[in-house]
Amino acid sequence: MVRFLLNRFGQSIILLFIVTVITFFLINLAPGGPNGVMRMDASPEERQAMIERLGLDEPVIIRYFEWVGSALQGDLGTSFNSSEAVVQRIADRLPYTIELTVFTIIFSVAAGIILGVMSALKRGKATDHVINFSSVIGLSVPSFWLGLMLILLFSVELGWLPSSGVGPRGADFEFGGWLSHLAMPVLILSTTVLPNIVRFTRSSMLEVISQNYIRTARSKGAKEFVVLYVHSLRNALIPIISIIGVLIPRLLSGAVITEAIFGWTGIGTLIIEAANGRDYPLIMGITVVITLVVIVSNLVVDVVYSQVDPRVKNLA
Amino acid sequence: MLGASLKEDVNQAEPQEEKRRFVLLTRLKQNKVAFFSLWFLLIVHFVVFVGPVLWPLSPDELTDVGALAPWTLQHPFGTDDLGRDVFARMLHGGRVTLLVGLCAMLFSLIIGTIIGACAGFFGKVVESILMRITEAMMAIPNFFFVLVALTVLGTTPVMVVVVIALTGWVEIARVVYGETLKWKEYEFVEAANAAGASARRILLKYVVPQILPSIIVSGTLAIAWAILTESAISYLGLGIQPPTPTWGNMLQNSQQYIWTAPILGVLPGVAITIVVLAYNFLGDGLRDALDPRFAKK
Repeated sequence: MVRFLLNRFGQSIILLFIVTVITFFLINLAPGGPNGVMRMDASPEERQAMIERLGLDEPVIIRYFEWVGSALQGDLGTSFNSSEAVVQRIADRLPYTIELTVFTIIFSVAAGIILGVMSALKRGKATDHVINFSSVIGLSVPSFWLGLMLILLFSVELGWLPSSGVGPRGADFEFGGWLSHLAMPVLILSTTVLPNIVRFTRSSMLEVISQNYIRTARSKGAKEFVVLYVHSLRNALIPIISIIGVLIPRLLSGAVITEAIFGWTGIGTLIIEAANGRDYPLIMGITVVITLVVIVSNLVVDVVYSQVDPRVKNLA
Repeated sequence: MLGASLKEDVNQAEPQEEKRRFVLLTRLKQNKVAFFSLWFLLIVHFVVFVGPVLWPLSPDELTDVGALAPWTLQHPFGTDDLGRDVFARMLHGGRVTLLVGLCAMLFSLIIGTIIGACAGFFGKVVESILMRITEAMMAIPNFFFVLVALTVLGTTPVMVVVVIALTGWVEIARVVYGETLKWKEYEFVEAANAAGASARRILLKYVVPQILPSIIVSGTLAIAWAILTESAISYLGLGIQPPTPTWGNMLQNSQQYIWTAPILGVLPGVAITIVVLAYNFLGDGLRDALDPRFAKK
């Protein structure tokens, strides 16, 4: 286990290094690079002063290593546009995104397993076709469009749910208000991963029920209910843990759009602000942090997987 | 002339790509949804690529019936907020959207196939470098990369295609990499190698043709993904900029008129959804046809 973790740690460092190189050089070498920060009406002297202040007159490679040096000490620099520390700005926003994605995972896994199992048990029947068809539709609808339609229906027409914001927080936290603000974003974000979980559960379940030990269970006279929900489902669920790891980057991707639709002040809306404002330190910071989130959550998924699946556990 | 005769043998040993392709089509025909999707897509592409030539109205010209006019025979979908013919804009917008999807897919396929095939075939250092880059790209959530790349590179149609392709190749590279690892162990590749064929020749003539079916499946799904991504970046105002119409920016623009002229929002939304749906069905159908193990029986 220790060896496995050390190995993964080494790989993660290499991944992070490549990610920062790609992003840093993309930002700095592209035409209009960081010099785009300057406003059109700035005088040549002002430009020069700004270039020096931001350290843009040094070669890109030197700037990259300076950036890495301070990043290793936990300093991701200062935001160009708000003159706040990048770390602080990200720390303010990240919890909201994590909250949104964690609840989306919980919802999608629960709904996905139920629908996937239903679909597998009714293979070839109407239920199966309806579920399959809906999953492909879920993958094909532009999520922002679906979000707007939901806002029209639930916020404007029916007035049941608030159309934007993260709801009451801190001192005036109130469960109902919190839940009603969370409902639509979670629903929209789940369209990016739910169809995959449904399909995956379906095929995993189908594979398990065709195994010999299930036939054995049936032939020794176990009740059908026990065969399906005790013998089969438990084994069918194990691979689903691994697909969660694969879906996490996609979930975070989807969070950008979802947060933009519902005014959810997470890291997705922050990257939009940063990109629109050409706030380079902030862009770099967000990229590093979001990649870290992906790497760490994948590691957690792998560790859980190795603990749950005895075959993998004994190998390690 | 031992070399020459060996080479001929190798050519004969080349698996029957032709036959496999026909099998694919026959199997696809059995899947009604996928086959219907294929026809539907052919018709849609025909309509948006030929339609603008036949339809007399320009997508940019202001009509004389005013803004947000209801449908008439001259303007089957009415006019938009500036009084432009919506039907003409749907045709031209569809052309741009589908072109973006097709070009981004082609680009992704080229990058993904080269990287995946080289990593799988050459192994060693090439493999580690290329696959580490692939993994790094997988660890950055797509949308973050797309947003950042578009703001620095600009939002011209070409850049939109390039940026979508720069994130779309990753999945394809992974598929091609896995397949290359499998196929390079086959005897006919070994034979080609023994006959002195160059690495490039072996890859292009022996390995890649075997992977082609999987590449086609990935490509089909990549188009669906590219069209969705284009519409999503348009929603954030970073896609192809008006006045060039795309289904994505028409959708974005329609938001303010959702009550007065709901059709402006419904049309491009439905168009994107059904085209992406058809590509997804077609991709799934092709995958089932390729690997009957996954097919629903």
